[in-house]
Amino acid sequence: MKHRISFAMTLAALAATAAVSAHAAEEVTLYTTREPALIQPLLSAFTAQTQVKVNTVFVKDGLLERVKAEGDRSPADVLMTVDAGNLLDLVEGGVTQPVKSAALDSAIPANLRGADGQWYTLSMRARVLYAEKNLPLKSFRYEDLADPKWKGKVCIRAGQHPYNTALIAAMIAHDGEAKTEQWLRGVKNNLARKATGGDRDVARDILGGICDVGLANTYYVGHMKAAKEGTDARKWGDAIKVIKPTFANDKSGGTHVNISGASVAKHAPHRENAVKLLEFLVSEPAQNMYAQANYEHPVRKGVALDPVVAQSIGELKIDALPLTEIAKYRKQASALVDKVGFDR
Amino acid sequence: MWQAVSVLVALGVLAPIASLIWLALGADYAHWQHLMQHVLPDATLNTAMLLAGVGVLTLVVGTGCAWLVSAHEFPGRKVLQWALLLPLAMPAYIVAFAYLDLLHPIGPVQGALRWMLGYSSPREWRLPDLRSMGGAIFVLGFVLYPYVYMTARAMFVTQPAHLMEAARMLGESRFGAFRRVALPMARPALAVGLSLALLETLNDIGASEFLGVNTLTVSVYTTWITRTDLAGAAQIACSMLLAVVALVWLERRGRRHQRYGSAQRMRPIQPERLRGAAAWGATLFTALPVLIGFVAPAAYLAWETAKRLRLGQGISSGLWTSLANTLTLAMGVTVLTVLAGLIVAWATRSGVSTRHPSRWQARVATLGYAVPGTVLAIGLLTPALAVDAGVARMLHLPGLPLMSLGVVLVVACTIRFLVIPVGGIESGLQRIPSTLEQASRLLGETPLYTLARVHLPLLRPAIATSALLVFVDAMKELPATLLLRPANFDTLATWLYGEAARGTYEEGAVAALLIVIAGLLPVVLLARTQSGVAGAAGDSDAFAHIPDNPS
Repeated sequence: MKHRISFAMTLAALAATAAVSAHAAEEVTLYTTREPALIQPLLSAFTAQTQVKVNTVFVKDGLLERVKAEGDRSPADVLMTVDAGNLLDLVEGGVTQPVKSAALDSAIPANLRGADGQWYTLSMRARVLYAEKNLPLKSFRYEDLADPKWKGKVCIRAGQHPYNTALIAAMIAHDGEAKTEQWLRGVKNNLARKATGGDRDVARDILGGICDVGLANTYYVGHMKAAKEGTDARKWGDAIKVIKPTFANDKSGGTHVNISGASVAKHAPHRENAVKLLEFLVSEPAQNMYAQANYEHPVRKGVALDPVVAQSIGELKIDALPLTEIAKYRKQASALVDKVGFDR
Repeated sequence: MWQAVSVLVALGVLAPIASLIWLALGADYAHWQHLMQHVLPDATLNTAMLLAGVGVLTLVVGTGCAWLVSAHEFPGRKVLQWALLLPLAMPAYIVAFAYLDLLHPIGPVQGALRWMLGYSSPREWRLPDLRSMGGAIFVLGFVLYPYVYMTARAMFVTQPAHLMEAARMLGESRFGAFRRVALPMARPALAVGLSLALLETLNDIGASEFLGVNTLTVSVYTTWITRTDLAGAAQIACSMLLAVVALVWLERRGRRHQRYGSAQRMRPIQPERLRGAAAWGATLFTALPVLIGFVAPAAYLAWETAKRLRLGQGISSGLWTSLANTLTLAMGVTVLTVLAGLIVAWATRSGVSTRHPSRWQARVATLGYAVPGTVLAIGLLTPALAVDAGVARMLHLPGLPLMSLGVVLVVACTIRFLVIPVGGIESGLQRIPSTLEQASRLLGETPLYTLARVHLPLLRPAIATSALLVFVDAMKELPATLLLRPANFDTLATWLYGEAARGTYEEGAVAALLIVIAGLLPVVLLARTQSGVAGAAGDSDAFAHIPDNPS
């Protein structure tokens, strides 16, 4: 019994010190599925500007489950993730709250945020074609990837990866499920190796002569092509050129874009700071950092791209299909990947 | 009292599993048609092939090496007998990506081969891709064989020589005696080592996903993450758990009526000196696993780290904090796990008047290892945070104190690794004759005093081995740590994972090297406990004249 009391007292003392140190300064707690190194510079800049300390928890899988389980005692203020579908999952899971902010509404186009302010886009990335740099290829449609002329020449990461399921979902929205299934089978037949690895492996395997073309995200191009001379990453980046594909059926001629975004947590203990952080992240200096440090496409108009990205990719023409529409077909896309045995 | 605490530990392990079952029951079964048709057959086949491959490879390499270093003398044996444990310090996912780099068409190995064969570009000639079933078996087999090697060697070293000698006199060849005497006697130990290796394989998500092998574990993740169907994922996980439990039960049933070993002081096997080609063959056979499972990937990491430092990219301060966090976490998990394991093993030891024949707590305690780490962590979330909120309300604290202090994380890792000390201490206890305890009790000592004065000294090697294994495992632990850690808390493994997820393996190499270096010390200590393993059998002089326990 004595032990139990002393344990409780120790715990109380520890928690009290934690609480005291917490209230000594303003703070905000961020739960993120994005790798800390990607967003740390942004958070440091935020702290420098506002004196608000940012606590981060990098949760790769299970962000929703964790926040749900923590319930109304959750310390989370801001939930940050990539992929529109994941953001909408958080909203549907009931762990977000609506936010009204003129600064956010003016910075972010209406189709890139929740109508009720439950989620906001912070940056964009497109799923583009990496091609061997000497290939005589000027334009490309996503549908072309199933063309038999690419047999044994295509590299791509697992079909079940969210980046790919989102693209396949967009495909279903544009071409219908039956055509998309055919397309998936075609791409599967063209694979030079198993659908696995990461996006940078596409460039690396193109350099390694395993394949000639592949689909991957834009910011990796910046990371690789802007890497130091002599590093492996630089060699991979220098082996490829980038083409922005379009959809065959789509009048707008846009490229498939996905996002990184954030919501304010439903039980945020520091709601004001949470909104402050979101507003900072779409401000001009922060959007510049997204572009320059992470090689992403800023969501705010008028912010310059990183020079390497500008030169190798350029401005994006976004597929007109709303993200919420694409997200509807996500599960169907995942089921299709199973059905055609894409990752086998 | 012992019983009560042991039941409490077992209930702690059951909590996340019960909450998983609850989750699984909460879903409809509509998606099972899709799963049965398109996912599970392939995933089950892949899992079975991977388990079979890794099982055969770890058994052959682990048992073969253990027998060679225990019963023979050959060049390099002294070093190799402990070096064979080194791959334990290597997380499988790190080895996978090291080999992917080493064996990539533009990597050093194929570059050298092309140069020798006179090809100029990988487009003209390249080796088959490592990203395949064979590659996954290769990587996991050479990382996990030490589990078998360790248990097999402990068994061979403590086997009495006279049995082997009798077999030889009856006309068996040396190999025949090994096959018909030493091997059958080592079977329970091999089963323990093999089941650890296979459960690690089943748990692995990093390496197999990285190498493009879609196992059942990968489909659990896909169902949960891509289809946001947690209940469906829980259903697959529970079905896997059932299969594991059934296998473990069958294995135990198979040797229900067998008794092994004895606590008598015996002359251990005298190593036989090998000569000429046989000696060098033995050296080669035992050196290869060390080279493949440790030296090559470690050298690669060291090379990558040196390259980074040469390019003037320093090591960030966050890495040192992560190192400190890793060691603290591993320490806490080790203490708690070994303590809980000791209590469970002691409370359920044979010879205690237990009315429940199956000693269920000890069996339950091993379940945590059979569930993929993230899934276990998800299962733990609900009960742990409910307790946490309760504690906070009772003490009038804000937020979730246990979660924010990392207590939940430590408990999760404890649940996951409990099988190691329970198994290790159980088999240690089995080799201590119950006559010792009876004598102590007859002399009027309490059970606690008996444990402290009689058993603990005898169990020291078993406890040390378990503790070091748990420590190394906790250092490498990734999935539960990713989900349950408090704010601003990174371990080397999560740091590395973050870097790898970002696609910057080069920076991850430094963290990976640190994991390996920090894991080396416990592995070397483990090797030293192992070389003194003759003591682990509890054959100190105290046993010199005690007759075998007639049970």
